Amino acid sequence: MLYKIEVENLNAWFGSKHVLKNINMKIKEKAVTAVIGPSGCGKTTFIRCLNRMHEIVPHAKVSGKVLFNGMDIYDEDVDPVQIRRKMGMVFQKPNPFPMMSIYDNVAAGLKLNGIRNKEKLDSIVEQSLKMAILWDEVKDELNKSGASLSGGQQQRLCIARALAVQPEIILMDEPCSALDPMATAKIEGLIRTLTAEYTVIIVTHNMQQAARVSDYTAFLYLGELVEYEATTNIFENPKSELTEKYITGEFG
Amino acid sequence: MKNSGKSSFFIKNLNAKARKISKKYLTGDRAFKFLTAAFASSIFIILGLMVYELIKESQLSIQKFGIGFLIGTKWDPAISQVFGALPLILGTLVTSAIALLIGVPISLGVGLALSEFTPKRFGFAISFLVELLAAIPSVIYGLWGIFILIPFLRNNIYPHLQTMFGFIPLFSGPIYGGGVLTGGIILAIMIIPTVSAISRDVFSAVPDTQREAAISLGATKWETAKTVISYSKSGVIGAIILGLGRAIGETMAITMVIGNKFQVLPKSLFDSWYTMSAIIANEFTEATYDLYVSALIEVGLVLFFITLIVNVLARLIVWRSLRLTRGIARE
Amino acid sequence: MNNYVVRKIKDRLMLIFIFLALVVALIPLFSILGEVIINGSSSVSIDFLTQPTPTVGEAGGGVANAIQGTLLTIGLSSLIGVPIGLMSGIFLSEYGGAKLSTSVRFFNDVLAGFPSIVVGIFGYTLIVLSIGFSVIAAAFALAIIMIPIVTRTTEEALKLVPATVREAAIALGVPQWKTTVSVILSNAKKGIATGILLALARVAGESAPVLVTMGYWRWWFAGLDKPVANLALDIYTFAISPFENWRALGWGSALILVLLILGISMVVRLFTREKY
Repeated sequence: MLYKIEVENLNAWFGSKHVLKNINMKIKEKAVTAVIGPSGCGKTTFIRCLNRMHEIVPHAKVSGKVLFNGMDIYDEDVDPVQIRRKMGMVFQKPNPFPMMSIYDNVAAGLKLNGIRNKEKLDSIVEQSLKMAILWDEVKDELNKSGASLSGGQQQRLCIARALAVQPEIILMDEPCSALDPMATAKIEGLIRTLTAEYTVIIVTHNMQQAARVSDYTAFLYLGELVEYEATTNIFENPKSELTEKYITGEFG
Repeated sequence: MKNSGKSSFFIKNLNAKARKISKKYLTGDRAFKFLTAAFASSIFIILGLMVYELIKESQLSIQKFGIGFLIGTKWDPAISQVFGALPLILGTLVTSAIALLIGVPISLGVGLALSEFTPKRFGFAISFLVELLAAIPSVIYGLWGIFILIPFLRNNIYPHLQTMFGFIPLFSGPIYGGGVLTGGIILAIMIIPTVSAISRDVFSAVPDTQREAAISLGATKWETAKTVISYSKSGVIGAIILGLGRAIGETMAITMVIGNKFQVLPKSLFDSWYTMSAIIANEFTEATYDLYVSALIEVGLVLFFITLIVNVLARLIVWRSLRLTRGIARE
Repeated sequence: MNNYVVRKIKDRLMLIFIFLALVVALIPLFSILGEVIINGSSSVSIDFLTQPTPTVGEAGGGVANAIQGTLLTIGLSSLIGVPIGLMSGIFLSEYGGAKLSTSVRFFNDVLAGFPSIVVGIFGYTLIVLSIGFSVIAAAFALAIIMIPIVTRTTEEALKLVPATVREAAIALGVPQWKTTVSVILSNAKKGIATGILLALARVAGESAPVLVTMGYWRWWFAGLDKPVANLALDIYTFAISPFENWRALGWGSALILVLLILGISMVVRLFTREKY
């Protein structure tokens, strides 16, 4: 099976703080990879390095390579704008555009890319909302503001918005941490269905979620990759003592 | 450790004393509150008295001309003693509109530059400079306008404008340097500090998560900035209306460059014209008879009401927008 | 991707425009200040600062009477404007929740945005019609302009006093109004003082209300019921005159006024590192 992303010697800094130390990882295509670890271990920084969002913060620095479809996204000639288009991102707190309708939220990325044809927009919006398991709930209210939905619905709207531009990878940064259990369950179910088309990388502080949802799990601790295995192996047979301690809840 | 009997007596005594003292102090407090409230309420008296006096002293003119004053186009203090303010109202509105057309895009650019594209260190210095612009008195703008801006425009800009667009009547006609367009330009410069400062504040209040959402979709820096602007739409509109309020009320700078010519419409952008504030400044001290003064005061009354409406509108919109932005961010 | 290239070009163009906007916004500032300094400094001399305005056609002379008059006028206006503004600011900050407060604040903001010439007309109708063109009338009009500024800055300065200071005073058993007057006001001294300075700087530069309440005056102070000379108004009168030496005086006056106002503004800025 193909590797969608290959991370080579990735290092990241916030000013002088060395947040990621020499990460090497190969992420499998069309699978869900979870990134777990205690607070401050660098997992959010890690996925933000994958779509070049880390560097927009002042005094942030990155070194190393991230090969996406064989090409290093940190190469000098690469435009981050194009990379971000190919990787959808869902954030911890749902952030729909409140001044736009549900329809316009989903279509936002499409319109940016010059797609104006109403029929095409309609069909992609519907498709994306269906994939995000939100279509039935909002199909009669597409004109309502994006902020008028519940938290869980807003997050699914953000997922639909990310899906609409047909990325190859979906990055999720603790997408359920602001949601209640029912909304969380809906989104976890949704994540499993995404692997038919997409490669999903999800950061989570909830180990049970990682166990439920992912095929592979990476355990980060203090900026270093401690263990990276198939999920069943990490949870049933962790190789490192540190991993075992974290998984059994001894810290973090 | 004091024994409990003594301490409970001590506390009881304290309570009684406190009650006596608090009663006395409460009246002191109430008196102070009343005193300060009375001073604060003077604002209502001032505004109320202002309206009253303006209306009272305009009576002569209001009664003579009625509605005709607002639509009248003749201003003849010397011979027929007829006064009509329509050209003045138009002059004020047109120069203010030009000021907005030129000043608003520049102000939004400055606001964006300060909120999105400038590191904090420079931001402080640049904001300081922009605010310095606001501290310069109107009459010094006028002085600069007469001796620097007008010759500059007359020699370097207007001739080219006329070459390029002279076929449009707006850009035809003799160029002496002052006039409608120059008035609009100087007003534009004067509203930039206000509009850009408010825009900067409103843009900075947009939560970062909104920017990140746009960036993660692959938006360019400008496209992300557009998201910020549309998020703060109502705040921006409020800022623009406040700028409009300033432009409408501007007196000295505009009267020093606009030419002060009473005519229904100027022949071109390079022709002279007049505004409500300018005519008051120019003719007030020379108004020799009561009707004349009354007419000028009535112009002031009209100006008062227009400014009042514009300012109230702007404040309502800006207040509402800031509350809205914070409200959404809180979710 | 064609669309991508277009977007990139737009991005580049708009960023250039934004940078240009910044430049265009700052050019007038440097031009005005530069011209005032260059043209004004050739006028400034000892004579300039000590002599009154010369008659038309006469050489020499200065703006001493205008400096005297301006200082007198803004001094008088602060006698009225500062106490009212101060008390209003105290009311808004200490009793800010009261229903009265919202409307007071709102209308103060509204008054702050008013054309100063209309305020001048108000001064005319109230005072000039009874006493005549006079420094009292001008001071009155300028006081009204000062009030919203002092109110707002006082309120903000008082609000900045930390709650711990208030609590400490109240815990001592001091009644609230005494707390306010002694403890909090003295803590907010700097902020209040800068607010008053700002208001003074503002009215020092006002010429429109002065025009309609006093008019032009060429001599020294001659009584409260008469006008006095005014720096800002003189600039106007000199600028539109056809006389070369008066125009030079105009630039000189502008320099003095700018130094006065910008001096105050910069001092204020340095003292209050508020939101940038």
